[in-house]
Amino acid sequence: MKIVYIKSIINGLIKSFRLTIAFCLLLGIGYVLVLWTFSRIASPNNGKAEVVYSKAENKDQSHKIVGAANIGQEFHSNKYFWGRPSSAGNGYDASSSAGSNAGPSNIEYLKKVEQRREIFLKAHPYIKHNDVPAEMVTASGSGLDPDISLQSAYLEIRRVAKARGISEKYVKQIVDKCVQHPLLGIFGPEKINVLKLNIMLDNK
Amino acid sequence: MGTEIWGAILQIVIMISLAYPLGKYIARVYKGEKTYLDFLKPVERLIYKVGGINPDKEMNWKTFLRAMLTINLFWFVWALILLVAQGYLPLNPDGNGGQTIHQAFNTAISFLVNCNLQHYSGESGLTYFTQLAVVMLFQFVTAATGMACMAGIMKALAAKTTNTIGNFWNFLVKSVTRILLPLSLIIGFILILQGVPMTFDGKMEVNTLEGKVQNVSQGPTAAIVAIKQVGTNGGGFFGANSAHPLENPTYLTNTVECIAIMLIPMAMVFAFGFYVKKRKLGFSIFGVMLFAYLVGVFINVHQEMQGNPRLTSLGISQHTGAMEGKEVRLGSVATALWSVSTTTTSNGSVNGMHDSMMPLSGMVEMLNMQINSWFGGVGVGWMNYFTFIIIAVFISGLMVGRTPEFLCKKVEAREMKIASLMALLHPFLILAGTGLAAWLAVKAPEFVSREGGWLGNQGYHGLSEMLYEFTSSSANNGSGFEGLKDNTWFWNILCGLVMILGRYIPIIGQVAIAGLLAKKKYIPESAGTLRTDTLTFGIMTFVIIFIIAALAFFPAHALSTIAEYLSI
Repeated sequence: MKIVYIKSIINGLIKSFRLTIAFCLLLGIGYVLVLWTFSRIASPNNGKAEVVYSKAENKDQSHKIVGAANIGQEFHSNKYFWGRPSSAGNGYDASSSAGSNAGPSNIEYLKKVEQRREIFLKAHPYIKHNDVPAEMVTASGSGLDPDISLQSAYLEIRRVAKARGISEKYVKQIVDKCVQHPLLGIFGPEKINVLKLNIMLDNK
Repeated sequence: MGTEIWGAILQIVIMISLAYPLGKYIARVYKGEKTYLDFLKPVERLIYKVGGINPDKEMNWKTFLRAMLTINLFWFVWALILLVAQGYLPLNPDGNGGQTIHQAFNTAISFLVNCNLQHYSGESGLTYFTQLAVVMLFQFVTAATGMACMAGIMKALAAKTTNTIGNFWNFLVKSVTRILLPLSLIIGFILILQGVPMTFDGKMEVNTLEGKVQNVSQGPTAAIVAIKQVGTNGGGFFGANSAHPLENPTYLTNTVECIAIMLIPMAMVFAFGFYVKKRKLGFSIFGVMLFAYLVGVFINVHQEMQGNPRLTSLGISQHTGAMEGKEVRLGSVATALWSVSTTTTSNGSVNGMHDSMMPLSGMVEMLNMQINSWFGGVGVGWMNYFTFIIIAVFISGLMVGRTPEFLCKKVEAREMKIASLMALLHPFLILAGTGLAAWLAVKAPEFVSREGGWLGNQGYHGLSEMLYEFTSSSANNGSGFEGLKDNTWFWNILCGLVMILGRYIPIIGQVAIAGLLAKKKYIPESAGTLRTDTLTFGIMTFVIIFIIAALAFFPAHALSTIAEYLSI
């Protein structure tokens, strides 16, 4: 009786092994290969992360890759628009995405938010104390958020224009050109990709 | 803000209107009727041949469960070996090492039970080989396991009097080839078009505009993201899951992914109605679940749009809502909607960090998992609701003085005992686990600090973190309050055990109930039958589920989420 029982278990395990191999062939190879082939044809960058280029500095140079289109970068210089605070590695580390996971009542976190606001206010002395937008003092979920809202970009215009020595009106024009509208015009938030905006500024 | 709300409405409308036809289709698949995808038959025949399986052999409920448990045991060993050995296996361009034994134990179980709790970060904790041969493979087959079990139960309930409930292998294979695979392909195509990577190259090194070096992790992401959303798996390719801009680059991908979370769980409810030829019963169950889901959505959207009161008192302008742990391209409303979708179903993927959401949002997320039967995981969610139907039938039968019957079968003491055990197991696992962790945190601080210190947040929120981890494990959800430093012996082993118990005991119990009911004498409906497809009975079930959850979990919430809400 016992031997029959053990035999049936072993039998079941062998069946399981064979079925798993069959699934590996169908999914691990078949399904993956279909999607991989499709990505070679239809994806924006042959299946790799989409990249953005800066303009060549002279005629001999080819366009240079300066980043992944969807991955945010750290900006400190006054010449550039700034993105959001990041908790990925030491900031915008695209090989270890992470949020801060700080709870809403965490005291150290609230202190950090206050510090960030002071830094933001120092860099933009012309804005009112109560106008600092939440997204500029809070870390994003991935730590790689490439976007900021239109309101935040408008607040930064004067600083960038001053650092570059160009008119605010001109910078605003570029910002407005970079606005990405909601899906079909009505679904989801309006936003601006900071990296693309900064490249556009450099190229003008 | 307005456009964000329209976005949420769009997502809900599409998910419901797609779930209905899909449910009809799923019922046809499990009945073996003609469908559009019959051209896949040769593929299925080949799988049966390689697997050495006779798909037409009927099984009784015990053989059915034995087959399910055997293959799961095999998968466990398979995953454990591959995860520990991954450093030596191919497809490892980033040179990641093997997992430690306790981490591999946790990861293997986590994917085996369709939970996808991740105590590692995808960029460094896995290789492309294990992402595909463990994570992705399991995301298909374990989702199919849950669906196959539900198919068995439907067959048992639809039959008049029978000993057999169908063939497990047949249901398993068909769930993959006819339902999960086609849907994943469609979603994968959309994701790829929108810029989700699908490559075997390693990290991409770029020099940033300010002249720093940035290493961008990528990989065969689209393949995994598609199935992790469809199969209520949730285990992300990257550490930040669907908050990561390569896993979820645009509002369109977010919409598609969020719909994909709810699609099969919703469709399964309709499928049940079609399968047992009681569409009205299907609708009434769907209505109860949808109501609970929408209440949750409303609370979370409201909470997140208002923003964090502490930041408001600092004078920060929160016109976009609470933005800590959220992404600008998705916005606070879409993240709130997702947080409810991913916890009502046992998906567990996130597009924003739950740990940083408002206290009441956290409460709704946990309550969804603690109840674990509003839509729920593919197959198993409906099965949990089925447990409560049995209890509701029994109680209301006693209340109105009629014999408790469900689908023309008498519900008797034996089924009722099993159902009660199932209903109580889940709260027991969660509360006992959290109790132990909280006790250790207070009474044995040396042990906790030797483990690296667990809590990312102190006070009420710290208790929420521990409660969430056990809730998510037992509900096989897989999301987390990730501030908890959980890659330690204690959390890996204990959560591993909770996940196993929270998965297999309910499935065994529910299939057993269905198997026992199937064997009973068929009693045609009469004027004396308690009707289960009415609004009254729907409300009755809802109330029973809610009361059990409230009685079990209110004290824990009073000390964690509600206390934090009141103090904030």
